Amino acid sequence: MTVDLDRCTGCEACVVACRAENNVPTAGPDQAARQRAIHWIRVERYWEGEFPNARLRFQPVLCQQCDAAPCEAVCPTYASYQNPEGLNAQIYNRCVGTRYCANACPYTVRFFNFYNPVWDKPFHLQLNPDVSVRSVGIMEKCTFCIQRIKAAEIQAEAAQRELKDGEFNPACVQSCPTKAMVFGNLNDPESEVSRLSQSTRGSKLLEEVGARPKITYLARESAPEEGGATS
Amino acid sequence: MNKTPEQMNEDLLRPVFHTTWRFWATVGVLLSVIAAAGLALSYQVWNGIGVWGIDRPAFWAFDITNFVFWIGISHAGTLISAILRLANATWRRPVTRCAEVITLWALMIGGMFPIIHLGRPWLFFWLAPYPNERGIWPQFRSPLMWDFFAISTYITGSAIFLLYPIIPDWALVRDKSSGWRKKFYTVVSLGWRGTPKQWNRLEMAMKIMAVVIIPVAVSVHSIVSWDFAMAPVPMWHSTIFAPYFVCGAIFSGIAALIIAMAIIRKALGLEDYMKRLHFENLGKLLLVMSLLWFYFIVSERLTTWYGNEPSEMAVFWSTQIGSFSPLFWTMVCCNFLIPVPLLAIKKLRTITGTVIASSTIIVGMWLERFLIIVPSETHKYLPYAYGSYRPTWVEITITAGTFAAMMLLYVLFAKFVPIISIWELKLGERKPVVSPQLSVVASDLPALAEPTGLATDS
Repeated sequence: MTVDLDRCTGCEACVVACRAENNVPTAGPDQAARQRAIHWIRVERYWEGEFPNARLRFQPVLCQQCDAAPCEAVCPTYASYQNPEGLNAQIYNRCVGTRYCANACPYTVRFFNFYNPVWDKPFHLQLNPDVSVRSVGIMEKCTFCIQRIKAAEIQAEAAQRELKDGEFNPACVQSCPTKAMVFGNLNDPESEVSRLSQSTRGSKLLEEVGARPKITYLARESAPEEGGATS
Repeated sequence: MNKTPEQMNEDLLRPVFHTTWRFWATVGVLLSVIAAAGLALSYQVWNGIGVWGIDRPAFWAFDITNFVFWIGISHAGTLISAILRLANATWRRPVTRCAEVITLWALMIGGMFPIIHLGRPWLFFWLAPYPNERGIWPQFRSPLMWDFFAISTYITGSAIFLLYPIIPDWALVRDKSSGWRKKFYTVVSLGWRGTPKQWNRLEMAMKIMAVVIIPVAVSVHSIVSWDFAMAPVPMWHSTIFAPYFVCGAIFSGIAALIIAMAIIRKALGLEDYMKRLHFENLGKLLLVMSLLWFYFIVSERLTTWYGNEPSEMAVFWSTQIGSFSPLFWTMVCCNFLIPVPLLAIKKLRTITGTVIASSTIIVGMWLERFLIIVPSETHKYLPYAYGSYRPTWVEITITAGTFAAMMLLYVLFAKFVPIISIWELKLGERKPVVSPQLSVVASDLPALAEPTGLATDS
């Protein structure tokens, strides 16, 4: 996946879409105040410069699907593991809730179910049947909408054809009005995501930690607005 | 101390044979604290671990602090006692059993935390390699897996190390008792008759165990430190952690031992056996460990400061001048500034002095574990994901319960086992005969001189 920071407006449509697609529970005001809200993707806001010459920078952060993922090696029960396609999968049934993976993750994108999740009526009717809901005491995280990946693969296999680039997208990518996020197969050199991740604007988040993340962020290159800070 | 063997039997077996109201009062108070902790724990398991104060990103807090703290305390015993045995330090005799039993109980208490801190504690056995229908093994790359092996090895080893030298003393109790005690101690003394062959075997077993238990103990706390050092978290990911943790463990362990001894000598009237000499010698050891601990923390902090790595500096400043600084400087006072003068100045290195120093060290070392864990979690790389932590009554009650459980187990142990190793003490009194042929000396011991339980039972 690539995320073009130049295009991100911070509208948080991705956050809402992710929530609806993946049955992410709502923490409620009390639990959110206790820093227990779950959001598989978040839009981080960073201010540059001092008022009035301040400039706001948005950065969507989700699981970086690292190649050398620190979360995987530390899980004693193999709940966190690298699937054959290179995704960091989380097997909810295997998770006993040591929370070690969440501590090891440099991006803090793993979330814990401190209580059993509750959906107030009638919201329980809108749960996505393709995604399991998670019970108390287990970790959850962005899966790159693995249910969509699997569905598209099965359909392509049934039709005896290769998957096309851009045939399907995770919920966050699909809902992005400015097309800031691009999803695809990094192993296919022809795909748009491969092309974009070779961009000279590209960099990885916290590359120095050495987790080898798969998401490439494309740096801002637009000129600051009138009266804005020069950076 | 010039006590005859009969006087020793009288003094040291009194706590086993006579139960005072103070015993029942202590047990009652401790049990009620433990019951409160048990209720808190049930409440947690029933409702979910959300009743603790943990949050994102402070996923670990009191739970793992207590885990590291108690595993640290466990290094009091076996390790100290093994070193003193190997060094043939004769003053060790009244101290060793007191120390070894701390190890066993502290390991049991500390080892409980990796289980109860789980999100789904009822599935704790998934951390163990057991044959299952799914053919899934645990993840051997995970330091938590190493913990499982390290702690189970250590608990087995220290139980053996504690129990072997108790056997002759249990045989002595058996020979001196009647009624249900006779039956009970006949079973637990495992047919000890005090034959030269048995003494030889005991001596050999203790020599082997003393050598084996030292690397085990060192590896245990190294592995505990690697729970942190193996994760790429600022200020956790450090090469100094293993020796730093082992040093801190022995440090807090000796402090716990001194406090336990001071309570025992008062409560059981053993002032003639645990004397100022013992506290002074342990105080010197404690002083060395305090200096060593300070050396480690200076090394850690100084290299971090000069390295000036931004994410590490966030953690660094949060502990030095930020929100965690009151705890940090309390820790420095408790672990270094207060104990060092108390232990270094001969006039102050009294029983009271060492006990005061030990008490502050226990507080300081608990804080040290907390300060290793929480500031790093709450100041990870991305400032957007910074957080804070505040405990709730549930984890505070469980923590109080662990201290009560330690004391209760200790009180019960002193009820069923002579807390000072009687045969070793008698052996020491037979100075200057330090014979490698233990059996020669042992043949004069009362356990043999009197009719054995096996002989009189019939």
